[in-house]
Amino acid sequence: MAMEFPVIAKLLEGRFPQAVKGAVTDKGDPWIEVSPGGIVEVLAFLKEEGGLEFDLLLMVTGVDRPDGEGGGEIEVVYHLASTTQGGELVLKVRLPREKPLCPTVTGVHPGALWHERETYDMLGVEFTGHPDLRRILCPEDWVGHPLRKDYEYPEEYGGISAK
Amino acid sequence: MEGEKGGIVQPAAPGVLLTTLDEALDWARRGSFWPMTFGLACCAIEMMSAGGPHFDLDRYGAGAFRPSPRQADLMIVAGTVTFKMAPVIRRLYEQVPDPKWVIAMGACACRGGPYYHHGYHVVKGVDRVIPVDVYLPGCPPRPEALLDAIMALQAKVDRMKTFSAGKAGEGGKEA
Repeated sequence: MAMEFPVIAKLLEGRFPQAVKGAVTDKGDPWIEVSPGGIVEVLAFLKEEGGLEFDLLLMVTGVDRPDGEGGGEIEVVYHLASTTQGGELVLKVRLPREKPLCPTVTGVHPGALWHERETYDMLGVEFTGHPDLRRILCPEDWVGHPLRKDYEYPEEYGGISAK
Repeated sequence: MEGEKGGIVQPAAPGVLLTTLDEALDWARRGSFWPMTFGLACCAIEMMSAGGPHFDLDRYGAGAFRPSPRQADLMIVAGTVTFKMAPVIRRLYEQVPDPKWVIAMGACACRGGPYYHHGYHVVKGVDRVIPVDVYLPGCPPRPEALLDAIMALQAKVDRMKTFSAGKAGEGGKEA
């Protein structure tokens, strides 16, 4: 039987007082905010801890928030599921928009490899320690990160007009 | 070599039919398109359906889908053409031996379709990459519509008249 969200949130806050910044429950589906430096250890704990066993990383994605704190933020969102206990969990990491650096979680969940490449491609989040951080959807010589709110559409690519 | 065109003559000798080389070439070409097995998006599902038994593209002689451009003479661009895919399409087209034809299938291949305004990654029409013979709108077009495009292309090939148009040796493209 999967643990309820408030129980998980309390457990994580007690275990990682530095890394876990708190749970957000008043904005639709709840999530837990984690500091960039703590995301790897929190995911590793969630994966191994009996009763939780969030062993499946469903997806990694990102959200651009130009009106966020300190000149804009980029959120990296991790969706987890447990194949043994059931239940899902969402974690978020908030990064400064100017220099979004986030440690890779490929050491804990190898499946994050392509997801982080996509988040890099679309939003420009640099995953430090990633073994193969290249663009995955856009061509390798593409300019800009298309899911940034201030992204400017290309005039042309490869000699083909885009207008 | 249809009767209505009067391009075929039966002389007195039994078992002999006479026609022009142009008529014979156009007849053979329009009756045996070999499309390339090449789908880019959801339109390809409709193309596959057109090739299946219900719609039976083989009725038009156009059901011999080839896995290599070198064996094909018809390129059905079925789906969204992205900037990343454009150079690949160009290369495939250049690998097809002459004479060759292109059908732009679906709204995306015709003009970018639903990505026209907000698709930063979509080429606004495959005709910016390769020449197109028949434009087939729809999102996606039904298999009957693809059959209609094939028939439109057959009508075009029927007008090629390679030799009388002085186009022999120039790839057989219609002027």
